[in-house]
Amino acid sequence: MGFENFGTVSFTAEAKTADFIKNLEAGKVMATRCKKCGNSYFPPKADCPSCLSSDVEWFEVAGKGKLRSYTKVNYGPTGFEADTPYILALGEFDGVQILARLSRDIEEKDIKVGMSLIVSPVKLPDNRIAYEFKKG
Amino acid sequence: MAEVAIVGAGQTAFSRQCGVNIRELCFEAFKEAMEGLDITSQDIDASIICSAPEYDKQRSPAGLISEYLDLTPKPSFYVETVCSSSSTGLRVAWSLITAGLHKAVAVIGFQKMSELSSREAAERMGRGGDIIWESPFGLTMPAGYAMYARAHMAKYGTTEEQLAKVRVKNSHYGAANPKATYRKELGLEDILNSEVITSPLKKFDCCANADGASCIIVARGDVAKGACAIPIWIIGLGAATDTMSMAGRESLTGLRCAQEAARQAYKMAGIGPQDIDVAEVHDCFTISEILAYEDLGFAKPGEGAGLIEDKQTYADGKKPVNVDGGLLSKGHPIGATGGSQIRTIVRQLRREATEAQVKGAKIGLVHNIGGIGQYGNVTILRR
Repeated sequence: MGFENFGTVSFTAEAKTADFIKNLEAGKVMATRCKKCGNSYFPPKADCPSCLSSDVEWFEVAGKGKLRSYTKVNYGPTGFEADTPYILALGEFDGVQILARLSRDIEEKDIKVGMSLIVSPVKLPDNRIAYEFKKG
Repeated sequence: MAEVAIVGAGQTAFSRQCGVNIRELCFEAFKEAMEGLDITSQDIDASIICSAPEYDKQRSPAGLISEYLDLTPKPSFYVETVCSSSSTGLRVAWSLITAGLHKAVAVIGFQKMSELSSREAAERMGRGGDIIWESPFGLTMPAGYAMYARAHMAKYGTTEEQLAKVRVKNSHYGAANPKATYRKELGLEDILNSEVITSPLKKFDCCANADGASCIIVARGDVAKGACAIPIWIIGLGAATDTMSMAGRESLTGLRCAQEAARQAYKMAGIGPQDIDVAEVHDCFTISEILAYEDLGFAKPGEGAGLIEDKQTYADGKKPVNVDGGLLSKGHPIGATGGSQIRTIVRQLRREATEAQVKGAKIGLVHNIGGIGQYGNVTILRR
């Protein structure tokens, strides 16, 4: 099992980082860190291009982050028609940045660049799973 | 190092539906580029074909185009950096000539986007980002640029009205460009009242898909001097790549790929932004043009909106930009766009841009970006 049920539409499944999904199902959004040089990665990398090691460990993106920017998307790609409108955002956490959607209970008028966020797993219809930002 | 020049530049009209096939499109651009030259297709010793393959029906179009233009058995191959493909093609042509492998190279860019249904096009649009980590959330190219717009507004106070003023300018010049898809002048209210596509970007903040082709003929200095009356010299080339993912971006108020490409191009040319007489920048969205002003050093970071506010980027302003209407008016046939921008600068430097000639233009710049700032090319040309 890999990324076949990740997000609204997934495009490819196999990955060495497939444990990300297991962790997500267990309630955690995780990034990778190279055990050799300490570089951290999100999107998670199974391999460290800096020291060419593949000995990486998972760590949880816990704690509060900050909203860097957002947009309310009224026209989505094919396969996303039922989701529109949705709000995409870029969040900055300790050492990593993440692109995800904002939780549907946040209205566009209440969003401010710089506002506090947390990231957590979210169940989607048809047994799919992703993560989203909530107010932190 | 051998000197390299552009001797010919052509393009088709850009349109929503061209009604011909890709080889016929390319012929039209090639013909315009070759017209009046003292060299023939026999003298072209390589061709570089530029497009975004996900929009092509034909697999490996280089062979097809090469055959139709009777460029066989000279080498032909394909290059791709999405919307920046034909500027990458120009870079490769320069390198092949400088290396001594070829004397004259045709750089042909095309896209026939109407070949896909709108559903197919929307499917392609959904795969423009990192397909494992970001596309599953519904990231699109407009959404990526919208996040740059929002961040610029939050940090510097740039307004939606200032974004709209970019379109007002570009629609003004587009109206005079016979090759443009959209030739209607738009007022501020038309733009501000158009439908929101992905906030804060509205319909008229966005360029449209189009069909079209462009062709640039590049030659070694001695060949160029014999081939045309006014060779346009390639004096600066810069190229850079930024992360595929939005999560990897250090800044959301400027494009790192453009800043880095500009730095390289200015350095190679031995000049600075103050020396540029006329520029073509990649205005796939209104915000993109304001980011370009800053990334190219025409304005300080955060002060880009002031340039359009003060009309400094009109043809009679201090730094004329996109006085052919830009992508916003011309439309954006992905692989053809860079070549069209280069053609405009060639015409400006040859003083042939009758629609909106910048007086005495001697040095011009082309800024051509691929994707949501993944690929950046900056090219500096001199009369």
